[in-house]
Amino acid sequence: MDYLKVISDHADVPGGILQAFHAVQAGLGYLPKEVIAEAARVFKISTADAHGVASFYSMFSVNSRGKNVIRICESAPCHVAGAAEVVAALERELGIKMGESTANGLFALEFTECVGQCQATPVITVNGKPYLDVKPAQIPSIIAEYS
Amino acid sequence: MAEEQRIVLRNYGKIDPLKIDDYIAQNGYKSLEKARAMDPKAVIDEVKKSNLRGRGGAGFNCGQKWSFAYQAQADEKYVVCNADEGEPGTYKDRLIMENDPHTLFEGMAICAHAIGAKKGYIYCRGEYPYIVEILKTAISQAKEKGVLGDFDIEVRSGAGAYVCGEETALIESLEGKRGEPRFKPPYPPSEGLWGKPTIVNNVETFANIPVIMDKGAEWFAAIGVPSYPGTKVVTLTGDVNNRTFFEVPTHTTIREVIYKLGGGTPGGKKFKAVQIGGTSGAFIPESQLDTPIAFDNMSAIGATLGSGAVFVLDETREIVDTVTRITGFFEHESCGKCAPCREGTARCAELMEKINAGLGSQKDLNLLEKLGRVMTYSCLCGLGQAAPTPALSTIKHFRADYEAKFI
Repeated sequence: MDYLKVISDHADVPGGILQAFHAVQAGLGYLPKEVIAEAARVFKISTADAHGVASFYSMFSVNSRGKNVIRICESAPCHVAGAAEVVAALERELGIKMGESTANGLFALEFTECVGQCQATPVITVNGKPYLDVKPAQIPSIIAEYS
Repeated sequence: MAEEQRIVLRNYGKIDPLKIDDYIAQNGYKSLEKARAMDPKAVIDEVKKSNLRGRGGAGFNCGQKWSFAYQAQADEKYVVCNADEGEPGTYKDRLIMENDPHTLFEGMAICAHAIGAKKGYIYCRGEYPYIVEILKTAISQAKEKGVLGDFDIEVRSGAGAYVCGEETALIESLEGKRGEPRFKPPYPPSEGLWGKPTIVNNVETFANIPVIMDKGAEWFAAIGVPSYPGTKVVTLTGDVNNRTFFEVPTHTTIREVIYKLGGGTPGGKKFKAVQIGGTSGAFIPESQLDTPIAFDNMSAIGATLGSGAVFVLDETREIVDTVTRITGFFEHESCGKCAPCREGTARCAELMEKINAGLGSQKDLNLLEKLGRVMTYSCLCGLGQAAPTPALSTIKHFRADYEAKFI
């Protein structure tokens, strides 16, 4: 992806650095150092401030991670609906711990707080797409969709 | 008998959200037309008279808020919709945007006419990328039809920060910065986005506006509890048979919501507690269930209406374990700007984990209570001020559950 162009496309959007980061991350999966430095230059802020923005928001990652980002909600409604068992199933199936990425670079496992689909808990999202009423037994087939 | 009354969800299931003609066929954009034929001051008076109060959690009188921005002199003013619905257990704003996006635009456009703004932003939480698409499609249809006139609406995505639901943090984020709350005053209606007068209202608040303009302030003011008239969309989660949403007039009691509409607790288990308003709300015991789900009535029992989330726990749930998870939430979501919240949420989580692990004592509980009290009045914004509420309210109503975990 040509991140230079993606960032410069947002140059005239007031306060557009967040939207630029979203667009770059959609292509690269995370925000590498050179992206943050370029965004700082285009939006006329210091690199430290640009990094401050990138690291503030939980959906942005400043570290390389698996291509498909699986997030599991750990907020109270999902917590009492058995989120811990879904976490265990995900860790077992992918052979990694929460916060890690698989060695083949296909998956990243992250905790998230509420994703606003609380009518059907527990909830996980894969690349932003919600999966509802998730049972541990469904995990292999959900992962297979992205393998 | 508790019954639903749909105002903000009046078009739910009746229209295709991606067909503007469906909305127009339901008298859509007629209220905007009516408002535009009125003097801005008269529009604000009408909203004031309806006594509509903010549905985001703070409960401020909507018309009064608008009048501050109306009075402010500036070359540019902004209307911002807070769609950063991050309060766990809440999805009411998603329901509105997903099913009837134009009612939101119409409410925003009426506000823009009232205060003299030409530009609006919808700040939609990053967890709703599919809603952003719906909003963008609907906006382009509204532009094509010309129904919004010279009022322009732009959608911006948040990126996963609960604190951005706080209006000044939201404004900072819109400006492309870290979402840290500002010191107040000045308040946004006088100095908001890029220092200009700005109205920030919640999605549900805006969705009420077209109906108020259509049916009149007196009609609205007569619904529900007079001090907080209208309806509230509630979303039921946890141990309740009907895990779904309802829109009810505000005189409806918590008991009616849980038992009449929600169908009670499943499996014949007994009710233990309910947390209203989201994860920052108080846990309420059985003895207070006859409280109406209206702002002041909830405050009177030391609770909050908040976002209208209703999280039910049955007798088999461990209160202390649930509150421990919640204190972890606040530790994660504290933005770190002010020390009472940054340090306080971390220490609260630490103390709760200790007690939950069976390693705590009366001394820890006393310390937690004291720390919580200090946070309620020393934290900069609502996040830190409300963060200790789940712990403090459960210590008050369910002290025995804590004592049972002591070392």
